[in-house]
Order: sequence, then C-alpha cells, then structure tokens
Amino acid sequence: MLNTLDTWALTLAVFIPLAGVVVLGFVDRTWEKGLKGITLLVSLLTLADGIYLLARFDYGASDALQFEVNRHWIDAINSHYHVGIDGISLPMLVLSMFITVLCVVYSWDHFPEPYNPKSFLMLILVLEVGMNGTFVAEDLILFFVFFELVLLPMYFMIGVWGGPNRQYASIKFFLYTLFGSALMILGFLAIYFKGGQTFDIPELVAKGGIASHVTELWIFGGLFMGFAIKVPMFPFHTWLPDAHTEAPTVGSVILAAILLKLGTYGFIRIAIPILPDAAKSWAPWIGGLAVIGIIYGALGCLAQRDLKRLIAFSSVAHMGFVMLGISTLTSYGINAAVFGMVAHGLITGMLFFLAGSIGERFGTREINRLGGLLVQAPKLGWILGFCAMASLGLPGLAGFWGEFPAILSAYQPAAGLNEALFRGYMVVASIGTVLAAGYLLWMYQRTAFGLPRDEFAEAHIHDIHTPEWIAWTPLLVAIVALGVYPHLLFHVTTDAVDGVTAALKAVGG
Amino acid sequence: MFFLRNAWIIPAIPVASFWVILLFGKRLPKKGSEVGVAALAIAFALSCLTFGAWIARDAKPAAEVVAATAPATAAGPGHVEGGEGAGGAHELPSETHHAEELRPAVDRNLFTWFEMGGTKVEFGTHIDGLAVTLLFVVTLISLLVHIFSTAYMKGDRRYTHFFASLSLFTSGMLILVTARTTLQMILGWEIMGLCSFMLIGHWWEEKPNSDAALKAFFTTRTGDVGLLVGVSILFFGAGRTFDAATINAAALSGRMPHWVLLMGATALFVAVIGKSAQFPLHTWLPDAMAGPTPVSALIHAATMVVAGVYLVARMYGVFWKAFSITAPGHAGFNPVAIVGGLTILIAAALAFVQNDIKKVLAYSTVSQLGYMVMGLGVGAWMGAVFHIFTHAFFKASLFLGAGSVSHGGSHHSFDMKKDMGGLKKHMPITFWTFAVSSVALAGIPILAGFWSKDEILLGAGKNGYTVFLVVGLMGAMMTAAYMTRCVYLTFFGEARGNAAHHHPHESPPAITGPLVVLAFLSVVAGLLNAPGITLFGKWNLNEVLVTAGVPEHTFNYGYAAVSTLIAATGIVIGGLWYFRNLGPHGITQRVKPLHAGYVFLDNKYYLDVLYTDGVVGSIKGPIARGAYWVNQNVLDGVVNGVGIAARRVAQFVYDVIDQQVVDGAVNGAGFTAESGGSLLRVFQTGRVQNYAAIMFGVAALSALGLAVLVTK
Repeated sequence: MLNTLDTWALTLAVFIPLAGVVVLGFVDRTWEKGLKGITLLVSLLTLADGIYLLARFDYGASDALQFEVNRHWIDAINSHYHVGIDGISLPMLVLSMFITVLCVVYSWDHFPEPYNPKSFLMLILVLEVGMNGTFVAEDLILFFVFFELVLLPMYFMIGVWGGPNRQYASIKFFLYTLFGSALMILGFLAIYFKGGQTFDIPELVAKGGIASHVTELWIFGGLFMGFAIKVPMFPFHTWLPDAHTEAPTVGSVILAAILLKLGTYGFIRIAIPILPDAAKSWAPWIGGLAVIGIIYGALGCLAQRDLKRLIAFSSVAHMGFVMLGISTLTSYGINAAVFGMVAHGLITGMLFFLAGSIGERFGTREINRLGGLLVQAPKLGWILGFCAMASLGLPGLAGFWGEFPAILSAYQPAAGLNEALFRGYMVVASIGTVLAAGYLLWMYQRTAFGLPRDEFAEAHIHDIHTPEWIAWTPLLVAIVALGVYPHLLFHVTTDAVDGVTAALKAVGG
Repeated sequence: MFFLRNAWIIPAIPVASFWVILLFGKRLPKKGSEVGVAALAIAFALSCLTFGAWIARDAKPAAEVVAATAPATAAGPGHVEGGEGAGGAHELPSETHHAEELRPAVDRNLFTWFEMGGTKVEFGTHIDGLAVTLLFVVTLISLLVHIFSTAYMKGDRRYTHFFASLSLFTSGMLILVTARTTLQMILGWEIMGLCSFMLIGHWWEEKPNSDAALKAFFTTRTGDVGLLVGVSILFFGAGRTFDAATINAAALSGRMPHWVLLMGATALFVAVIGKSAQFPLHTWLPDAMAGPTPVSALIHAATMVVAGVYLVARMYGVFWKAFSITAPGHAGFNPVAIVGGLTILIAAALAFVQNDIKKVLAYSTVSQLGYMVMGLGVGAWMGAVFHIFTHAFFKASLFLGAGSVSHGGSHHSFDMKKDMGGLKKHMPITFWTFAVSSVALAGIPILAGFWSKDEILLGAGKNGYTVFLVVGLMGAMMTAAYMTRCVYLTFFGEARGNAAHHHPHESPPAITGPLVVLAFLSVVAGLLNAPGITLFGKWNLNEVLVTAGVPEHTFNYGYAAVSTLIAATGIVIGGLWYFRNLGPHGITQRVKPLHAGYVFLDNKYYLDVLYTDGVVGSIKGPIARGAYWVNQNVLDGVVNGVGIAARRVAQFVYDVIDQQVVDGAVNGAGFTAESGGSLLRVFQTGRVQNYAAIMFGVAALSALGLAVLVTK
C-alpha cells in the first residue's frame, strides 16, 4: 500500500491541484463558500501529500532521487515522464504547497477587485500545478512545460486583478520571461542533440559534460538567460518591481515566494550539474552580477515611495545573495542558496502579505503617507517589525542562514575560481547587509513609528483579522524555527548539494 | 562542575522570560515586571554558583597546552623595550602568567546547530574565568536595572514591552559571553543590536527617539560588516571551524599565515569599533540616551558596548599575534591601541561641553571603553578585563543615579544647567552614591576604578607603549575634572529650573537600593586584584594568556602614585573652577581660537554632520535616486525600447511586406486604409498573443544565431 503511494506521491502532488481546477470549473460561480471550501480542501490535500513525502523521505540518502517514476511520454523525442525528488527539491516542493494553502486562507476575505473568486482560486491552483511540477521534473521537456505553465495564471492574475498599471506590468512580465524561456528551450534542444538525444536530467548529469567547452559556454548562456530573468538577476530584473507593484497580494506572495525560485532552482538542478565546465567559466560573471544586484537592489529600495515596490527591490538584493552562493560552486554556497531560497520565500512572502494588508487598510501603500502603524494597529506593526528584522538577516531568524553562509562561501570559492575576486564579492555582499538594515529600518520608521498622519488620524484601522492570523502564524513560526535551528533544513540539503558539487569536481579544475 | 557544564541555563532563563512576558505579561498583576525580576534573580543566583564552582575548580598545570604550541611562541613575551629614557631603557624580561594557576576551561557541546558541506557546527558553551566574570557582572547589573525599572518606569505606556526587551537584551549578552563558537557570538551580538534598537526607540512616537534607535542599529551594523568578514576569514584560516578556542590556538601556533590573521583581526576590530563605540563610530552612543535611563545603564555598564571589548578579549590570540602586541621590537603602536587611545581623549574632551547629565556619562563611557580597548592593544589583557568588571559597577551606579535625579529631583529633565543644582540636601542617598561612583571613576585609590585603570597604565608603560601611557594619564586627569563638573552642576550650587520649582525629593527604595549596592561595589570591587590579593588575575587566567605568554606586571607604587596624583589634580582643578569659581571663566567666549575650539567640540567634531548628511544623506538621496533613475531610464529603457522596436518592425512587416508585397501580389493593390487601421489597433490594445508572437520572433532570431554557433 505504502509502496503504491510512494510511486504516486509526486504525481499526486502535481495532479491533485489540477483535479481541483477541473472540479472548480463545474462549480457555480455564485456559490462562494463552496468554491473557497473546495480550493482549501484541495490545497490541504496537496499539502498532506507533501507531509507524507516529508515523513517517508529517506534523509540518509537525500542525494538520491526518491519517489522516482519514469514512464514513456513523448517517444518521438525520447522525452519521459520522469519525476523524482532529492534533498534540494523536497524543501522547495513543500514550501510551494505550504505557501499555496496560506494564500488560499488569506484570500478568504481578501479577494481583490474585480472579485470573481472562482477564476481567482482556479488560477492559484493552476499556479500550484506548475510550481510543484517544476520542482519534481527530472526531464528537461517536462521541466519546461511546468516552468512555462506558471506564466499564464500569473499573467492573468496581474492583468485582471492588478493595480492601475496592470496592463503594462503583466505584459512585461509575460514577455520578458517568455523571452528568456525561448533561449532556455534552445539550450535544452542543444543539450538534447549534443548530449546523446536525451532530455533525462540525471542521465545528462552523469555524463559530466556534453560538448566542447565553447559549445557548452553558449548553451549555458541560453540557460542563463532563461533562469537569470526568472530569478531575477541584475540587469534583467526590471519586470519584477512592476509585476509586484501591480499584482494582487496573493499574486505577489506566490511570485516572490516560489516563482523566483524556479530560476535559482534551474541553475542548481540543470545548468550547473549538466554543464559543470561552462559553469566554472560563467561563475565569476554570475557572482559579479549577484553582488551588483545586492547593492543595486538596496539602493533601489532606498529610492522607493511605495511599500510593495520597496519589497520587490529588496527581492533583487536577496536573490543576489542566493546567486552569490550558487556562483561560488561550493557546497557551502549552494546550501546557503537553498536555505536562502526557502528563507526568502517565507520572509518576503510574509512582507508582501503585510504590504497587502496595510495597503488595503489605508487605501495607500505610499510610505510617506503612512506612519504610526504601531499606534493604530500595534500587532500588525510588531509583525512588520519582526519581518523587517528577519529580512535584514538577523541571526536567530531564517534570513541569516541564507546570507551569512553565502558570504562565508565567497571567501573560498570552488577550485579554479579567482579567490581574490570572490573575496572582493564577499566584502561587497557584507556591505549589502548594512544597506539592507538601512532601507528596512528606514521604511519601518516611516510606516510604524511616530503618530498617524492627519488624514488617517480619525480612521479606524482594524488590527489583524482571523484569516490573516491563520495564514501568517505558520510563516512566523517557520521563520523562527529555521532561524533558531537551521539543522532542520541544512541536513536535508547538504548531501544533495554535495551531489551537485561532485559533478563539478569531476570536471577537475 | 554541574554549574560549569550547564551554564547554558543562564542565558536560557532570560530568553524564556522574554517569551513569557511578551505573550502573557499584560495579563499578570505586575504587568510582566515580576517575571523579569524573578528570571534575573534566578540567573544571578546561578551565575554566583557558577562563579563559585569556577573558583573551586582545580587549577591544573596546563603544561600540555603550553607544550603543544610553545615552539612557535618561544620568542614570546620575552624582552620588552622600555620607554625612551624613563629610568633605564630596558625592563627585565617581564613576568608572564603562571601556568600552574590555570584552571582549564570547561567546554561543552549542547547540540549540532547544523551540518553542511562536510562541516559540523556545534552549539555549545565555553566557560572560563572571563565567561564567569561576565556572567556575574551581567546578571547582577541586569537584575539591579530590572528592580530599578519597576519604580522608574512605573506607568509607562509600554511597561510590559520594556521588560520583555530588557530580558532579551540580557540574554543576548549572556549568549555572547558563554558562546563557544564565533557564530554564536554573532547571534548574541545581533540580538543585542536588535534590543538596543527596541529600547533606544522605546518612545518611538517622537522622531528624535526613533532616529536615535536607527542610528544605533545602523552604525553598529556598519561595523558588523567586519564581524561577518572577520569570522569568515578566521573560519577558513583555522581550518574550517568557528570554535573560538581552536581559532586562538591556531593563531598562536603559527599555523595561520600572518596576513590571514591580520585581515581577520582587522575585520573583527572594525566590528569592535562599531559596537564598543570607538572613534570614529562612537557617535551613536550619546544619541542612544534617547532611551529610558535604565536602558542606558544596561547598555553602558554590562551589555552591548562591552560586547566589542569582550570580543577582543575572547579572540585575544588572534589580535595578539596579528598585531604582534608584545612581540619583541614591536613598533610601540598598533591599530587597537591607537583607536583606544584616541577614543579616550576625544570622548573625554566632549564630556566637558555637555549640559545633559546622561551625555556626560555617555561620553565618559566612550572614553572608558577607550581605556579597555587601549589596554588590550598594549597587552594589558587582565587590566582591560578588570576594567570591564569595575567600570560596570560605577557606571551603572552613575546612570541609575542620573535616573534617580531626574525621577525625584529635576522632574524628568536631564539638563544639568537648566534644571538641576543644589540637589545634595534633597537627595542624600542619590548624592552619596553618585559622588562615590564618580570618585571611583576618577581613579582615586582605593576605589574600584583606580585599580583597573592602573593595571592598564602599567601595562602600557611596561610593554613599551609609552605614548599610550601618557594618553592614559591625560585621560585620567580629564575624567576626574569632568566628573567634578558633573557632580557640581547636579548637586551643588543654586537650585535651578525644575529643581527649584518642583519640590525635589529622594527616590523610592526600589531606586535607591540598587544605587547603594552598586556604590558599595564601586568601592570594594577593585580590591579583588589589589597587591597581595590578586584573586581576579588568578580566576581570569586562561589558555590564551598562558600559551601566548602575555606579560603580567606586579603592582608598581610609582605608577600608582603618579596616576593618583594626576587624578587628584584633575579633581582639584575641577573643584577650583566650579566650586571656587577660580580660573579664566568665559575665556572660550573671549578668545577667538578657543571659541573656535569650543564650537568644534560643541558640534562633536562635525562627525555627525559628516555621517548623517555626508554619508547617509548622499546614499539615501542622490545615490539611491540616481541608481533608481538608471533603473527606470536605462535598464528599463532598453527593455521598453526592445518592445517598442519589435512592435514597429512587426508593423512594418505587416503593413509593407505582408499587406503590400505578399498580399498585394495576391489581391493587387486593393488594400483599404480602414482595415489596415483596425488591424493595427489589435496590435496596440496590448493583446498578449501578439506581443508573444513578436517576442518569439525576436527570440527566434537570437536562437538562430545560437543554433548556428552551437552546431559548428
């Protein structure tokens, strides 16, 4: 029985939400309670599947693919329905399931204009299909399908439920990412033809390089564009602030918490292990862009007047730390990156929830018009402060374990990389932590400290409501738990990461 | 042994009390303060027991410790150059600490914090003399501050939160002092940063307070760049370990290249400059007075600012070796000593021009921290640590005394010139405790400050840092003088302002009680290391000192006499000036250069202007705006440009090629402008399919290029 379930567990992770979408399609759009109930049930069932995976996962062999299924799919191009998870994909998969549930809960009484809960909830579930699918895929075509699948629901979410400038933002988001994907799929095709006509990721990784160095460099470039735009890395980030500013709260949360990670995950899962040799040549450039992103994102934050836009820019900076970790090509760095991905998902997801709730209460997210949040809604204010602290990398909270080990790893990058250069990166990245403190605390001072402005002095501002508490408490608990006891996550990722770095060592250097 | 092995309980108690107060405090009868006081009382009791257990611990010959690393340090403490001409240029090879008195530290791993990349990082405690001393000091001061606060903060708008933050603050420092690894130190260090932010900004409704909170966090965080970098460097330098003892041993063994040590120590020292408010990053500390007074006492006496000094003391092997502190033929100066020495003088000078009693004390703290840092820089490790110990008592007493004055005497004002004066007769306990602590700070024997300051000066003189001996003596004179001024303005002369109009009265026992305890300790604490007793030195001896061969100097009556004389001179000058009104009063108004000097001091050397307007202002303003402009116009301009260009090309292709050439060939030229226009509108409505098609076209072109290159 359990064995059967093991075989089906990953497929269920992808297809329960899909089934949910189909069911929702048949429900009358006016029966709101039913729609919400079904969506919640579906997302909870998916999470239950995730918990089953957590329980059955063999942590002693987290570098091996588990719950693996490999079936014929498109024989014409030798593409398989190959799914499986290891210690890197498991946390991301569970995070995706977890965030989806919280988003459904949060949506309970927060449907943005033009309302239409049915479509909105369906989109959330479609998103989940794509996200979960990406994290379990072990075949390049399968990966690509899921990777692209998330674009459409997010496009509609921004374009329909978004803010005033939603048209521009949604198209920019869609086209920019699609542009990257086009180059990425070419990279995949090149891998297919050069790598012995297979799309199978483990098989390709085992080859330890598929083509001449120059060819690999070009292929890596294609993949780089696809993933770097998604992350997003400087200078390909400009779609992100617009998308976040215009997206509805739940859209922003999913975008920040999961969608951005598809890019970094792609680097760790595909680009680096399949093309280790090229990765080494690209690493200094990636690291350079990463630290530019850290400083640049922070400066962008300091210039912002809109709360959500500020958090969006902070994502550029935080993902810079993740990419710095990845670019060192060391075990420390990639572990830090995976931790950073999860931590950023929790913390920035939480910050977007807060920005959404604040914007809804005051009717504005303009920082200069806010003030005295701690007076009017003390709990909301305290939680904003907590998340600001988590986001600036306070040890004891999750953010630190993404940042500090990334900085640490840059001191000694993988053999063959320029040590002096990466040590320079280390110092620049550390300076980024100061700027992070600057923009977050300055934002906090202007929104939470002081007294409310005249225009809102008489306004009745609700403190946190029940659905918000239910959606947020798990995130807050996870931020503290991972921060206090990072072993929880590192012990899952470390062996799997060693698998990735082993691929790098195999090519020597 | 039980207490030494289980010292982790001590930091755990305030952590627990933080959560209890935060979650349930408001529902408790005393609004959570009782939890805080009880927690600290237990923590203090345990600290005493731990201290007792440490004293009872057998001193074992640490021959093996020495043997393991001896060859590399054979040159060790040995020969020390004396000052020029000061009675025989050369000292005899100075005495070093006696290895047979060494009590081995008690290390314990509690659990694996995490394991990754083949490195296991443990969470554990390292208990030695330095740790137990600080456990004692921190829990005692914190307990007294808690008790004091129950009366002082009565009726405050955020009474419960205040106590929660105090508890967490204390736990941060306790985590730091019991830490086994540098990573745990970062944890404690940053928790304190967080709590200082919360407490300095306690009354955040007013902007100056939240500004001060931000400034404190931001300035120390700037220093923390050094902490992150330094810890990383030492982690790899010592062979992938965060364990502080191992790093020290590796440093002393000579296994680590000197440049690695130098980089690591310099980076850590940047963090120390930020946290311990050393020049030029001291500017946050006086502003931190915006917080409630008990917080100032806690920050200044036992936590936060002491953390930086503690870090140097704890990682002394690294600093000692990196800066060759007492190596033969050393230059007579090093960054640690220079920064400490500069800080002593620069801060002491500022203390003269303050009218706010708390700011006088704040600059005094900065100056005294300068002594500690300088002490570590000149090789007087024991003196510096002893100064942490004694300074905690009299500085806490002074701050709480200032709080008592504002509570009972000056009606919540801290302005000495406007609202104080003549309070001696109204507040006798406050006066006497304040006066005694001031004398202890000034360094008059047999009070506490004298002994510890003397050890630092002795070290500076005997280890060949003559310049710093002079600096220390000058600082001692200034200290004595500005404290005389402070005592005079507060307690003597005519009552002014609030002190005259608001019926000054003595504070309640919850306030005077802690004052009396602290004043008593300010008198006796220094005797612990008096000649013939030297218990403090024996208890605090550690592996690093023995292995490194850090020199130890026995009490010297000559030095003591000189420093006493100088401190007394300072008091006399201050006394004549203020009590007798002698001297050229008003000279800074009359003489131009002196007036300029006064203005320079009054503006705190313009450092604040430089930082706030120059650095922060330009980053926040033009630089951030400039970067954002680039973002919107250059980076995004390219993106939008590509989009627009693609659309134009497509339009051209459609209009000209498709409709006119291709279609034209089929249909002739019968194309109406009307239908062309409507199709054009389809393009411009922003339908995603169209854009997607266009972008795919662009991508396809690039792809073609890529494909050509790849298949070659």
